[in-house]
Amino acid sequence: MTKLFVGTELAKVIELNHPDSIADHSAAAAIIHPGQIHEVLAFLKQAEDLDFQVLSALTAVDYIEYFEVIYHLLSMRRNTRCVIKARLPGREELTIPSVTDLWRGAELQEREIWDLMGIKFEDHPNMKRILLWEGFPGHPLRKDFIR
Amino acid sequence: MAIKTEPITINMGPQHPSTHGVFRLRVTFDGEVVVDVEPVFGYLHRGTEKLAEERTYVQIVTLTDRLDYTASMSNNLAYVRSVEKLGGIEVPERAQYLRVICAELQRIASHFVSIGFMLQELGAFGTPLMYCFRERERILDLFEMLCGARITLSYMRPGGLIQDAPEDFWPALGILMESMPEYIDDLEGLVTSNEIVLARTRDVGIISPELAVNGSVTGPMLRASGVQWDLRKANPYEVYDRLEFDVPIGYQGDTYDRYLVRVQEMRESVRIIEQCIKQIPGGAIQSEAPFFVRPPVGDVYDAIEAPKGELGFYLVSDGGISPYRCKIRAPSFINLTVLRDMLVGWKLADLVVIFGSTDVVLGEVDR
Repeated sequence: MTKLFVGTELAKVIELNHPDSIADHSAAAAIIHPGQIHEVLAFLKQAEDLDFQVLSALTAVDYIEYFEVIYHLLSMRRNTRCVIKARLPGREELTIPSVTDLWRGAELQEREIWDLMGIKFEDHPNMKRILLWEGFPGHPLRKDFIR
Repeated sequence: MAIKTEPITINMGPQHPSTHGVFRLRVTFDGEVVVDVEPVFGYLHRGTEKLAEERTYVQIVTLTDRLDYTASMSNNLAYVRSVEKLGGIEVPERAQYLRVICAELQRIASHFVSIGFMLQELGAFGTPLMYCFRERERILDLFEMLCGARITLSYMRPGGLIQDAPEDFWPALGILMESMPEYIDDLEGLVTSNEIVLARTRDVGIISPELAVNGSVTGPMLRASGVQWDLRKANPYEVYDRLEFDVPIGYQGDTYDRYLVRVQEMRESVRIIEQCIKQIPGGAIQSEAPFFVRPPVGDVYDAIEAPKGELGFYLVSDGGISPYRCKIRAPSFINLTVLRDMLVGWKLADLVVIFGSTDVVLGEVDR
């Protein structure tokens, strides 16, 4: 069975190596400050005993006061999963560092989030809309999107 | 005298017989050789994730049918499993076995479609595709017995299934499973050691295991590259832990391996279904789940091994009757990440075959 990291346990591991990067933690996820998300994810990928070589899914949720970007990581060798989140307050000019240099698998998923949620990923090689056309007004998965 | 050449960019699709729906490739050629590829999609975007936010948990089952329309059962299964995990809903054992039978039948049907179209694109017009569709038809007949539909099934519900299999389903399933290995032999006899197929697919469109893992590639495409990873083994859901089966892997990651892995997976699926027929207990097929499911506040991610790879649903509940957010992790979509790496350096004729071997379904890519 795949083991899912408990939020507190995960937060403890990250705190040891990247102090002050943890904003909060929930039952099954660690919430990281968006500024430090790249280095924390790089650590989770490269650390020998964690070994999260796969970015299984990448998504975002609009919670009205803030946006949450959610990284589902998977280690095939250890058969473990963990969930990392980053919260972006506000609604305009949202940016977060891209993780395409760590996982190629993020390429299309980050473009999809920009297209549908309106969160820009810095240093993405090709930050364009993917499902809708350039010039489409707004980002449809936002809660305040009006048809 | 040296002849001056310059690269030319052409559009393949969106209306093209080998693009599996409406998919456009902007390809730059140097003569016949591909130097750059840019996939353009979204022509089939229906906003499934947005639609899901306005429907009840049970209603969304019908939306999932329309994602990967060659594998509706697997989509149903992935979705209802996420709802059950979120709401803590139990599923009776008989329903779990029937679900596995359906999912494996669907895997066989989906792989038939995939192989048939790949060979079609190779230039084998008609014959192999019709062989594949003949067998797929019989699986669809079984689905019709179960729920009346053939493609958009909506057979599963959070907590179980809509109805039990009718009496005459079991003998029909038994007969099909008995003849299925023979059908697969027929197909393999035509294809597996065919000289033209070998010449056109061996060493063509290779994905290295490192790239496959880094690019989040899943399913037969990942296993063809030699990575042993199958969610049915790694994280056995439903009753897969009680069933015996092997996970076929390739060793080179070329187009031929992707074909071989699919053929062998079909044989394993037959094995799984035969065990299920022996083991399936009697009893209820639906637990007492309410029609309006109201899961507690929270979020959950659950994934299954669909025919194309890891199909996952990330659901966020605010305690209401519809999800606050419903994210679909579509394997076809994410498998396209490595498309460029597979195609650059190959010729136009290979491009079509390599693209065919990735087995994308645009309903799932565009959602």
